[in-house]
Amino acid sequence: MTEKIQIEHLTLQYADGAESLRDISLNVRENAITVLFGPAGGGKSSLLRCLNRLNDLADVKTVSGKILLDGENILDPQTDVIALRRKVGMVFARPVVLPFSIYGNLTYGLEVMGEKRKLRLDEAVERSLRQAALWDEVKERLDDPAIALSGGQQQRLCLARALALEPEVILLDEPTSGLDPISTGKVEASLQELKKNYTILLAPHSVQQAARVADYAAFFLQGELVEFGEGKTLFTTPRQKRTEDYVTGRFG
Amino acid sequence: MNKLLLNRNQTQRLGFALLTVMAAITVLPIILVVFYVISQGGAAISWEFLSGFPRDGMRQGGILPALVGTLALTVGTAIFSVPLGVAAAVYLAEYAPENGLTRLIRIAIINLAGIPSVVYGLFGLGLFVLFLKFGTSILSASLTLSIMTLPVIISTAEEALRAVPQAFRTVSISLGATRWQTIRRIVLPEALPGILTGIILGLERAAGETAPILFTGAAFFLPRLPNSPFDATMALPYHLFVISTQVPEMPFQIQYGTALVLIVFVLGMNLIATIIRSQARARRQW
Repeated sequence: MTEKIQIEHLTLQYADGAESLRDISLNVRENAITVLFGPAGGGKSSLLRCLNRLNDLADVKTVSGKILLDGENILDPQTDVIALRRKVGMVFARPVVLPFSIYGNLTYGLEVMGEKRKLRLDEAVERSLRQAALWDEVKERLDDPAIALSGGQQQRLCLARALALEPEVILLDEPTSGLDPISTGKVEASLQELKKNYTILLAPHSVQQAARVADYAAFFLQGELVEFGEGKTLFTTPRQKRTEDYVTGRFG
Repeated sequence: MNKLLLNRNQTQRLGFALLTVMAAITVLPIILVVFYVISQGGAAISWEFLSGFPRDGMRQGGILPALVGTLALTVGTAIFSVPLGVAAAVYLAEYAPENGLTRLIRIAIINLAGIPSVVYGLFGLGLFVLFLKFGTSILSASLTLSIMTLPVIISTAEEALRAVPQAFRTVSISLGATRWQTIRRIVLPEALPGILTGIILGLERAAGETAPILFTGAAFFLPRLPNSPFDATMALPYHLFVISTQVPEMPFQIQYGTALVLIVFVLGMNLIATIIRSQARARRQW
């Protein structure tokens, strides 16, 4: 397996002194689920938001180090962030459906890039909905307002919306934190299917979820990467005392 | 504590009753004004009154030139103030960094809103009528009214834009949209009802003002309709002022009839704003 993303000595500080990252180095493998876990404020979200440069919207004081995506440093100011965000899709903790129809949500990303061909849009809608295991539930009512869907369906719609752009990397920031166990199960099952074709980074909402889905796992504590390794090993025989304490529920 | 007086439940009931009465009293003036104007001026309203020219030193006939003039001034004001006001609001809500310039703009807007309307009139006289040589005209009056309307439009539009959830913007950006696409496709459509409400409220005030047009475009009497933006015009509020104070032996029915038309004009705009707002609220899903 090849390494899709190489993070080298990434350090990040926000202007308000909030959650930051200290000298993170990490390699993310292609076609696998890499889980970033740890207590709140550890830097998981910050790291995810570096990977599609969404941090550009935040008040960042300093950022240094490199993030190589397919060998290109995406932190370079010359990076085409629009193209980057097409390549690196994101799903947020709370499902945010745009104030359009189901169909309109899915085609939004393609339309802002100038895609107008109805056939291409239709294809993307069906493909992405199938990938997110939502097609059968909504195929009859694609023109309904997306907000009418249940919370679990909305989150799968958000996943489908990211997939409609045919990204190569998918970032998921606690995508199931607001969902019931059945919906969570559906999302996790979709991810197992998706990792065959995509590189997935997931900040899970619990250690249990981390252990369930992780091919690789990185444990973050207060902006520091404490331990990184294969999921199986890390959750059963962690090398670091702090990882063991967290995984076994001694703190966090 | 004071067993002889009221227990706390009774105190609460008394308090609520008082608050209800106070709130009801605030509704009273508008009801009284409208009722009084209708009862005094209702009889004057006829097709001839709305579509005729004033005759006999304005003591008879209709108010058509004033009605058309007010419409022209309102439309003229909209042409200048709406694009400028909405653009400024988009800049302030979506683009403006927090720096000295932005703070200056905000202070300017707040102070603009506090300037007495007669001062706008004098300013319009100096700048548009005399310096720019637009003369006493619909153009000068519209520009003057626009400056007065701008702060209302800017502040309500900015508020409407800020009320659109931040998450929409984040999601849109994460899907590869530019900032402008995000504004154009999501933020503006979502804020539109609020922006429209602000526009109408601003224009409504412009339609009812006398002082700003006094020196800049209002004619005492004009026996024809204006036919270009460089014409002076009669206007309902100024006409009302004229026939109430400047014309001896004025039949009061005509005065109140004119007032009624002005009120209906302004309240009608208000009603439209209310309808837009309530429909948007019913449709809104966040």
